Amino acid sequence: MTDDLLRADELKIVFDTPRGLFKRKGAGVQALRGVSVRVGRGETIGIVGESGSGKTTLGRALLRLADVSSGRIVFDGRDITGLGERDMRPLRRRMQLIFQDPMASLNPRHTIRRIVTEPMLFHRVAADPADAQRRARAIFERFSLPLACLARFPHELSGGQRQRVGIARAALLAPDFVLADEIVSGLDVSTQAQALNLLKELSRDLGLAMAFISHDLSVVRAVCDRVYVLRQGLVVEEGRCDAVFESPKHPYTRALLDAIPSPRIDPGWLQRDQGD
Amino acid sequence: MVEGALTQRTDVSATRRRWDWIGVCVADPKVAVGGGFILCLCLVALAAPLIAPHDPLEQDIMLGLTPPPGFAGAEPGHWLGTDDLGRDVLSRVLYGSRVALTVAFAASALAAVIGSTLGLAAGWRRGWVDAAISRLVEIWMAFPPVLLSILLVAVVGPGVGSVIAAIAIIDWTRFCRVVRAETMNQASADYVTAARAVGFAPGRILMREIFPNVAPVLIALISLEMGIAVIVEAILSFVGLSVSSDTPTWGGMIAEGRQALHEGWWILAAPLTLLLLTVLAFNLLGEGLRRALDPVMRR
Repeated sequence: MTDDLLRADELKIVFDTPRGLFKRKGAGVQALRGVSVRVGRGETIGIVGESGSGKTTLGRALLRLADVSSGRIVFDGRDITGLGERDMRPLRRRMQLIFQDPMASLNPRHTIRRIVTEPMLFHRVAADPADAQRRARAIFERFSLPLACLARFPHELSGGQRQRVGIARAALLAPDFVLADEIVSGLDVSTQAQALNLLKELSRDLGLAMAFISHDLSVVRAVCDRVYVLRQGLVVEEGRCDAVFESPKHPYTRALLDAIPSPRIDPGWLQRDQGD
Repeated sequence: MVEGALTQRTDVSATRRRWDWIGVCVADPKVAVGGGFILCLCLVALAAPLIAPHDPLEQDIMLGLTPPPGFAGAEPGHWLGTDDLGRDVLSRVLYGSRVALTVAFAASALAAVIGSTLGLAAGWRRGWVDAAISRLVEIWMAFPPVLLSILLVAVVGPGVGSVIAAIAIIDWTRFCRVVRAETMNQASADYVTAARAVGFAPGRILMREIFPNVAPVLIALISLEMGIAVIVEAILSFVGLSVSSDTPTWGGMIAEGRQALHEGWWILAAPLTLLLLTVLAFNLLGEGLRRALDPVMRR
């Protein structure tokens, strides 16, 4: 399995219940109870499950933003499970994150220009501020974001623009792996499609590997190659997207699939109310 | 250096944006009224030697206890009357604002520096640092503040410096608690996770990402603290533990006025009114700034 870009083996995460001054330490909450996932180079995987199933925790752990209790994370053939922040730093550029709530993920006190150029300068992706700005302008044009946005603050942008800024920030670092955490759940349907198409385009052009975290199976179906179904900190089903969606094996997957509104229209639907 | 190069290329609209928070603040009525009053008071304090009609220490026993104009026995030239030693009340009140404002600015700045440094550390590092600082704050706050400051000044000796130190040493806990809570609140925001995902060092994230978002609360709190410092200074002068008695202070004047209350109410009324208005102005300013500096509310 040398073509795996990112692999996690038997990840377990236990959140400690805080120990108070007069309280004994509690048993803690098990967020992940032994989860193994792998992402091939250029592959897009989906991680689905209801809220509280551990999707977001798994995502944060893959990027080493949450501490794991046991298990192993391997990125590009290198064990990064116990790597210190300093050793992680060069790898951070190669694994980026796009957030669920674009408003919260952009610092309200920084201009968009600062938000997108600082990471490039930090990782020396851009040689100097002028170069960073040139790159930012290029990607803004590609994402059809007005260049005037660069001088604005996050709250002055629309939701769709903010989400595209979030994607631009990650894409400008030319990462190998991008984790997209529920990125379309706060957007309306047409903006969702726009954001999804952008990501698909990016993954094709840059050869990006992506992990899509979502509770929306129709979105996962539209963009992912493989899918993991997570429930209460365990993977209950995994496999190629089409296979899982055609013939779900686990009852939980079936229940999730049944929750998707049917695209077929019931012919009697229009008459339904008029009859009463 | 990177910052400088970036701002060089900033277009006009961004430069304007950088400063338009001032406009937003001034447009807030509370900031305008409170800040305007404080600004006038600062000018008065600075120009006291020029605008005071008399020397605040000049005694004239023959003109003792003359009331303000409009009352029987008023003396021309003494707009707020004179005290029992014949000193001009208006001049003394004007000079008294110097001590009040010096203490207000210096003590709250010092308390803010101590308190927010510890608060940022506790809120960002968490763990044992937070536990140690929080316990310290809890123990500190168990001391009765006025008694503690009287004790401190009594030990160190009177003077503006020890009043400032006493207020800072007592009131840093106020800043520490608020800044710690706000830092923890901001640290859980996604933009901090985004900064960690970029790989920024923790110190950089704290100072450049989190601190600008904690600053509005801090600024508002500093303004409120100035009001408190003015009162504490007055209390300490009232009990005679502030500066030496040949420097006019509002608290000292209130103490003198209390003794002569039945002969001349104006000796007490003038500094008391000014004290009240000053504290009110600082509170208005703090309240208004908190609202005006909120990035989501300002539009």
